[in-house]
Amino acid sequence: MSEKTEKTEPRLSVFKTYKLYVGGKFPRSESGRVYEVTDSKGKWLANAPQSSRKDARDAVVAARKAFGGWSGATAYNRGQVLYRVAEMLEGRREQFVREVADAEGLSKSKAAAVVDAAIDRWVWYAGWTDKIAQVIGGANPVAGPFFNLSSPEPTGVVAVVAPQESSFLGLVSVLAPVIATGNTAVVIASEKAPLPALSLAEVLATSDVPGGVVNVLSGRTAELAAPLAAHQDVNAIDLAGADEALAKELEIAAADNLKRVLRPQPVDYFGTPGTERLTAFLETKTVWHPTGSLGASGSSY
Amino acid sequence: MPTTAPTAHALSDVTASDSTLRRFLHGLPGVDAVGLEARAASLGTRSIKTTAKAYAIDLAISMVDLTTLEGADTPGKVRALGAKAVHPDPTDRTTPATAAVCVYPDMVAAAKEAVAGSSVKVASVATAFPAGRAALDVKLADVRDAVAAGADEIDMVIDRGAFLAGKYLKVYDEIVAVKQACGDSARLKVIFETGELSTYDNIRRASWLGMIAGADFIKTSTGKVAVNATPANTLLMLEAVRDFRAQTGVQIGVKPAGGIRTSKDAIKFLVLVNETAGEDWLDNHWFRFGASSLLNDLLMQRQKLATGRYSGPDYVTVD
Repeated sequence: MSEKTEKTEPRLSVFKTYKLYVGGKFPRSESGRVYEVTDSKGKWLANAPQSSRKDARDAVVAARKAFGGWSGATAYNRGQVLYRVAEMLEGRREQFVREVADAEGLSKSKAAAVVDAAIDRWVWYAGWTDKIAQVIGGANPVAGPFFNLSSPEPTGVVAVVAPQESSFLGLVSVLAPVIATGNTAVVIASEKAPLPALSLAEVLATSDVPGGVVNVLSGRTAELAAPLAAHQDVNAIDLAGADEALAKELEIAAADNLKRVLRPQPVDYFGTPGTERLTAFLETKTVWHPTGSLGASGSSY
Repeated sequence: MPTTAPTAHALSDVTASDSTLRRFLHGLPGVDAVGLEARAASLGTRSIKTTAKAYAIDLAISMVDLTTLEGADTPGKVRALGAKAVHPDPTDRTTPATAAVCVYPDMVAAAKEAVAGSSVKVASVATAFPAGRAALDVKLADVRDAVAAGADEIDMVIDRGAFLAGKYLKVYDEIVAVKQACGDSARLKVIFETGELSTYDNIRRASWLGMIAGADFIKTSTGKVAVNATPANTLLMLEAVRDFRAQTGVQIGVKPAGGIRTSKDAIKFLVLVNETAGEDWLDNHWFRFGASSLLNDLLMQRQKLATGRYSGPDYVTVD
């Protein structure tokens, strides 16, 4: 064979098998199903796993298992881990720009702006982990000789219905605040554009985020959200990516074990988010402690 | 139902001396380890759904020996366990009671009180559980204590050291003595600690040794070592009780213990029972699970079937 023909011979494509991310592992769907993911013009991109309710159940078990360690980690440590996610994303920027451009039909430069904003969003929330307690907690003046202190604590396992349109920046904007405060998450990726979410899972797996803290499922949003909303071991649900009819149905199902529900609302994901999503999945613990000022010595402490 | 009364059956002559016993046990066919594990694995792939699953879950609950064998056991904890055994799910009174609670001998009285008036039995481990490293007199005193306190079932451990050293008659004599100490009032479960017996051949020999010596139940393990009940060693013991009944007409129970934590696992064991020993063993008189956390998973699965929603650990007791 001459050197010339060798050069022109086309290389066999190596396609990526997209998989779920559950408990730090990358399983296929228990159901064995996949569905076709196309770009905005209808061209085939890849097959994504179509998860079943059993995958959702497994993801909740993994998230519950990870909750103790993650919520018990120091806020400072969580901040470092989230910052590490941004670092890892930076290294795979090109890949995410391509995936976001394909998924959302954006030009390369617009997609790059989206990815940059998403990376910055991780850094932003990484900074918040050890500051949120000072902002929304604190000492309360009470009518008695007590120290009265309020401190925010994570709600628990949060099901996140990721935004449908903004498949990457939107996803990061709803996911990062959930885990920044110490919750663990089960994410249902955008139904039409799940690939950026599934690739984000690969980043999370290599950036010190303990397995199970984030679990990513792809598939039919309605099919996966229903069992999660009714699941007795899920403590909260973020309905960002549910349409009006689905959101109503899920909210009813979620009422059964008094889940915290964050209703869908119009959001500009490019804007600075504020602390709303951080506080949505926090509980306030208040402790009373005698000051000791009743003592005979007269000391107020 | 065949009885388990010790009878002078066809195998009585093999225990005439150490050498006849050894000849008999070593004459048992060798175990095909690969085939055994493949068989156990293939039976584990059965899909049990809907009504069959509901039946299996209730059956499994009724077969649980709810166990607490910790140094930190208190009478209060035993009472709580007893209450849970009688009404595993207080929110749903159709839930069957478990078969028994399983405790250390000094907790038998507390357990007996806790399950009084119900069908739940009290099982007690004895004979210097879990190591079994004590003089025979001490072991027998342990058993008599438990029986006197009202234990319905005694879970003894065999002397693995003697077994592995090939002193089969010593092991046999000990089981016979313990059986005698149990008298007519208590059923005897014999624990082999399969994780310490090293080979499948040894598990088969131990099973036959235990059955010949008059065990009412043969039990895999104490739950205190690294390898406990596995589908393969339980399958092997189920084959042994099946063959033993075919040969002598005496039916003997099986109890896998330790490491069975999910409903899925429990249902796999029930499939093994049905396919190996047969339907006669699908009853808590003949098959038990030695477990503690398994019951919570069974209850959560039961709640899921009843409500259609996945349940969570917040809806079962913490024990």
